[in-house]
Amino acid sequence: MACIDARGLRKAYKNKVALEGIDLKVEEGRILGLIGPNGAGKSTALNAILGLTSFEGQLTVLGRDPWTERDALMADVCFVADVAVLPRWMKVSQALDYVGGVHPRFDRAKAEAFLAKTTIKRESRVRELSKGMVAQLHLALIMAIDARLLVLDEPTLGLDLLYRKEFYDTLLNDYFDKTRTIIVTTHQVEEIQHILTDLAFIDDGKIVLESSMEDFEARYAEVMVLPEQAAAAQALKPIYERQVFGRTIFLFDNVDRAQLAALGEVRTPSIADLFVAVIGARQTRNGQSRGHRSAA
Amino acid sequence: MTASSDNLDHARAPAAPLHKTRPFYWSVRRELWENRSLYLAPAAVAALALLGLLLSTIGMAHRRLDTLQLPLAKQIALIAQPYDFAHGSVALTGFIVAAVYCLGALNTERRDRSVLFWKSLPVSDLTTVLAKVFMPMAVLPVISSAIIIALQLIMYVWSSVVLAAHGVATPTLAQLPIGELMVVVVYSLVVTTLWYAPLYAWMIMVSGWARRVPFLWAVLPPAALCLVEKLAFNTTYLVKLVGARFVGVYGHAFVNQPPLLPGQSRAPLVGLAQLDPAGFVATPGLWIGLAFAAVFVAVSVWLRRRREAL
Repeated sequence: MACIDARGLRKAYKNKVALEGIDLKVEEGRILGLIGPNGAGKSTALNAILGLTSFEGQLTVLGRDPWTERDALMADVCFVADVAVLPRWMKVSQALDYVGGVHPRFDRAKAEAFLAKTTIKRESRVRELSKGMVAQLHLALIMAIDARLLVLDEPTLGLDLLYRKEFYDTLLNDYFDKTRTIIVTTHQVEEIQHILTDLAFIDDGKIVLESSMEDFEARYAEVMVLPEQAAAAQALKPIYERQVFGRTIFLFDNVDRAQLAALGEVRTPSIADLFVAVIGARQTRNGQSRGHRSAA
Repeated sequence: MTASSDNLDHARAPAAPLHKTRPFYWSVRRELWENRSLYLAPAAVAALALLGLLLSTIGMAHRRLDTLQLPLAKQIALIAQPYDFAHGSVALTGFIVAAVYCLGALNTERRDRSVLFWKSLPVSDLTTVLAKVFMPMAVLPVISSAIIIALQLIMYVWSSVVLAAHGVATPTLAQLPIGELMVVVVYSLVVTTLWYAPLYAWMIMVSGWARRVPFLWAVLPPAALCLVEKLAFNTTYLVKLVGARFVGVYGHAFVNQPPLLPGQSRAPLVGLAQLDPAGFVATPGLWIGLAFAAVFVAVSVWLRRRREAL
């Protein structure tokens, strides 16, 4: 059974369409990066998956309809929005008590063990903690829950580099295994590229690219080319090019690697570069549409 | 392959066993953690009353001797008055705190976005809203009664000790029926809470609906309707209806009690003979109010589900 199965998922607000009927299937055990510009519909899609918003079309998460069965679904799903959502008045000990009291799969000992590695005191209130510590606390709560799906919506927003790195490292090393599924959205694409198994670009309420990372690596290639070979590279129809130190880096979609190797060193492009190539090109094409969108 | 492939290889540990949860119980606990004023404010007023009691020690014996010269009815009124006043001030504080609580109940969690945290846990919107309704309807009356009874007992013991020390007779049960007094406290909190149920539920509903200033949204539309009625028909039914909801309970639940209005003197509530439970239960206004409250609560659950973080 797919962890998430969306067919024609659509969400329209009064004066704009946030999702224009997306199809998305996420199998169990995958780590999907959902990447898109502001207002593309990422948060709306996640909200629908989490049962926080109504929707049109078909959507099942772990076999349930999230809108009608949110509370049952949340026994198997964990959700981290940005770090600001832990109630500021709450004490660390109260957070542990409460989650343990309402969540059937919460293992308090695990959370305590994780917190023991930090400097967070049980008696502190959330408002007294630094942003990084709040993120650690939230992570401790999440990691102690034996969930089947973890949804991360900009989980490291506003955190410094050290915390961001630790966040993803801990998640991968101590939490992830083959049966859990993770969906993550972030603008810091470069930080998650190495952990993803799947990638989806979303723009204007539509999925514009969907690929496993294996396919991504096989399909896209990047070559740094000296000026004298630029014409030869152009002939292979790159989807994107940019200048670096007097050379040109070309991004190719589905071009034979042997052909490319003749032009220079072939590398796997970063998701960020592909994002700029795909989404940037879309937005230049319909340049007027971006002005009409408001933030999601 | 990516660096993550190593992490994919270790087998999954067996799923943690499910443990029993008590979402409603913990939701109520969480409300008490967040809203400490629900018990701190009535307790603070009780502490002030105790300070007053301490000050009243000076000259207490003298005043009591004067009082004992009066006819029994007057004696009862004068001796019972401080107990009635202590009861009234703590209870009133409780209602004010409850109103503040209700107006924030479904609003602050959306404003500080913590609703995203609460909704990430397996607690239904129905449980959450019922826990919030439970606070003014059940938790607060229990807190208020306990504080008032404790306060009255301390007043009783203290004044008895002071009077005895001065060789003045301590109040007899005829002058101050202390046991009945406690029943009166519990009874009046129960009837008032039931009578106010639609007010609480209305405020909780508005707090779930309004984006900002739930207080104004709770107060101004009804006030505007009253104004429209007055201007259009030159009648004041709505004003009277709303007014009766605030102060009318004493007229229905007690024998021969005028509505509680500022400046209106009334006899202290001290004895069981003053209670009128049958009359209260037979008041249509009680049941109509509870029906409205149920509707408001149902709408609140609907709003909790649909309204997004602000």
